Amino acid sequence: MKREKFTILESTCVPLPQSNIDTDQIIPARFLSATSREGFGENLFRDWRFDKEGNRIEGFVLNRPEYKGSILVTGSNFGCGSSREHAVWAIHDHGFRAVVSDSFADIFRNNALNNGLLPVQVTSAELGDLTEQIIRSPETRVKIDLDQQIITIEETGFTASFGINAFKKQCLLQGLDNIDYLLGMKEEIMAFEKNRSL
Amino acid sequence: MEPQTLFDKIWDAHVVKSVEEGPDVLYIDRHYIHEVTSPQAFGGLRQRGAVVFRPERTTATADHNIPTTDQHLPIRDEVSRAQVETLAMNCQAAGIEHFGIGHPSNGIVHVTGPEMGYTLPGMTIVCGDSHTSTHGAFGTIAFGIGTSEVEMVLATQCIMQTKPARMRITINGSLNKGVTSKDLILYIISSISTGGATGYFVEFAGEAVRQLSMEARMTMCNMSIEMGARGGLIAPDEVTYNYLSEIPAFSESPMAQSLADKWHSLQTDAGAVFDKELHFDASDVPPMITYGTNPGMGMAIDGTIPDAAITDNTSSYNKSLDYMGFRPGMSLLGHPVDYVFLGSCTNGRIEDLRAFAAMVEGRKKAPDVTVLIVPGSQKVAREAEREGLADILRRAGFEMRQPGCSSCLAMNDDKIPPGKYAVSTSNRNFEGRQGPGARTILAGPLTAAAAAVTGRITDPRELMRICDF
Ligand code: SF4
Repeated sequence: MKREKFTILESTCVPLPQSNIDTDQIIPARFLSATSREGFGENLFRDWRFDKEGNRIEGFVLNRPEYKGSILVTGSNFGCGSSREHAVWAIHDHGFRAVVSDSFADIFRNNALNNGLLPVQVTSAELGDLTEQIIRSPETRVKIDLDQQIITIEETGFTASFGINAFKKQCLLQGLDNIDYLLGMKEEIMAFEKNRSL
Repeated sequence: MEPQTLFDKIWDAHVVKSVEEGPDVLYIDRHYIHEVTSPQAFGGLRQRGAVVFRPERTTATADHNIPTTDQHLPIRDEVSRAQVETLAMNCQAAGIEHFGIGHPSNGIVHVTGPEMGYTLPGMTIVCGDSHTSTHGAFGTIAFGIGTSEVEMVLATQCIMQTKPARMRITINGSLNKGVTSKDLILYIISSISTGGATGYFVEFAGEAVRQLSMEARMTMCNMSIEMGARGGLIAPDEVTYNYLSEIPAFSESPMAQSLADKWHSLQTDAGAVFDKELHFDASDVPPMITYGTNPGMGMAIDGTIPDAAITDNTSSYNKSLDYMGFRPGMSLLGHPVDYVFLGSCTNGRIEDLRAFAAMVEGRKKAPDVTVLIVPGSQKVAREAEREGLADILRRAGFEMRQPGCSSCLAMNDDKIPPGKYAVSTSNRNFEGRQGPGARTILAGPLTAAAAAVTGRITDPRELMRICDF
């Protein structure tokens, strides 16, 4: 299946500088009962965004009109906890295309890459600078160039590089999907089944 | 040959292909699925016109959102019912073995797999659930995956994964009385933090680990994900094989002999190199509880809440304590408890029920506490009846529910109300994990039992002294 290509993303950012944001916060379990992939964005950070009566919690960053855009800038160990891909679907569905942090939980990172959401891992110092800049000037435009593997702010000269697996990068750049790749390997997989040692 | 780690041996034997500058294509021996993370994977397959490649390698169970009472009746919540029915339909169409609600083999996916003899040493095992790491207790590479990867496994029996780094955690000495493997793993997580093993696959080794039963080992590996690890594993030994040989499905199969032969090679070779090594002493471990909103925020039950955590920035740390209604410097001993939850894939096995029952025998449930005792599987429930544990519990004023994930993630009705305190034997104390606003204190089964009979956070060793365990 063809996916959306990811090349260059330029946008303002939403800062959420908390560490250890787990997938239960990103999308609480009570919203996981759907059998399709759509519509999870509505409940993204549900219990931080809305109170028990369903009223918006004004102070929360997603409810603050000055912070918007398709880049989420978070704290350390983002996406820890459950393997629910719904967390990635919710973030993507809400309109984000990249998440910036200084560390990501392993399963979350894979899930993100499999859904065209780019995890951008920078150093703690770079994350600190970036976050500070965005909080101070919400209108700051940040550019993520996947091919060059850099994230920059033109006005301030901020530049940070990030790593990504070369294969995953190609998949994102070209909008390819891993399942198609594996389906193309059926012969090799069957040969492996015949000859396996363990 | 170079000395190898157990992890490398199993991983390398399952690599179908190493993609250049990319991940490995890894063959999966056993795939477990459940109702919550599989429907979109089956949907994806249908969209691309693909079929399930090796249905005999996948086993399904309904566990996450099923009720724990009146399981013979239709599920009241419509959306949950649709999800459970979708799983049944998908499995039937694909020829996948399915243990639905009420089936004698139904239960939490990480409890039923091992008890049926489906989880065997040397395997690669995945499931769309992060606590798949549980199965590592048998010397397997087992880890949680997302729904896109569930789809990959259904379509090709393979996934694409970058090989994680290797860590070994060696635990010497022996656990003290009143201390369980749950305390041990909470202790380790609180020392290295929830992100302390991110990027690693962890082998647990050492004298203390060898002394643990299979079930206690499962509890440890279960929570390896809570320190960020991709998974945890323990080399198989006599304990593993004795456990397996009591399962007829395994001991009567031709697999039994060939595995017994192979078992000796399923070890880390002397001199094998790990990317990181950590050491602990089991005798240092006290009964543990958590005070915050991630499993790394744990302390000795008789300790005081620290001024700052090793993992969180200050604002996250303070937010976490605010949520719990606690302050730095506080001791939690004697703090009132509203709920107790015994269950989950961490501590919902028969040994956990035995430990809980032994502690409450001859005592009474504290009047103001609501206690949910949820066996991990139908088999555990039957066993608890057979051994008379259920009677002990009933006499003490408790009631056993029907199996499922229940209050561990509160997708069903077993929610902890806002602001209430729950001592839970599950694995996550995240904000709202057990219901919006719920305050979770993670602990082992003995501490849970002590809270259930006193209505307060109580050091289980105190009660043990009185009744001279
Ligand atoms: S018991 Fe809890 S942790 Fe285990 S599989 Fe169920 S929801 Fe997940």
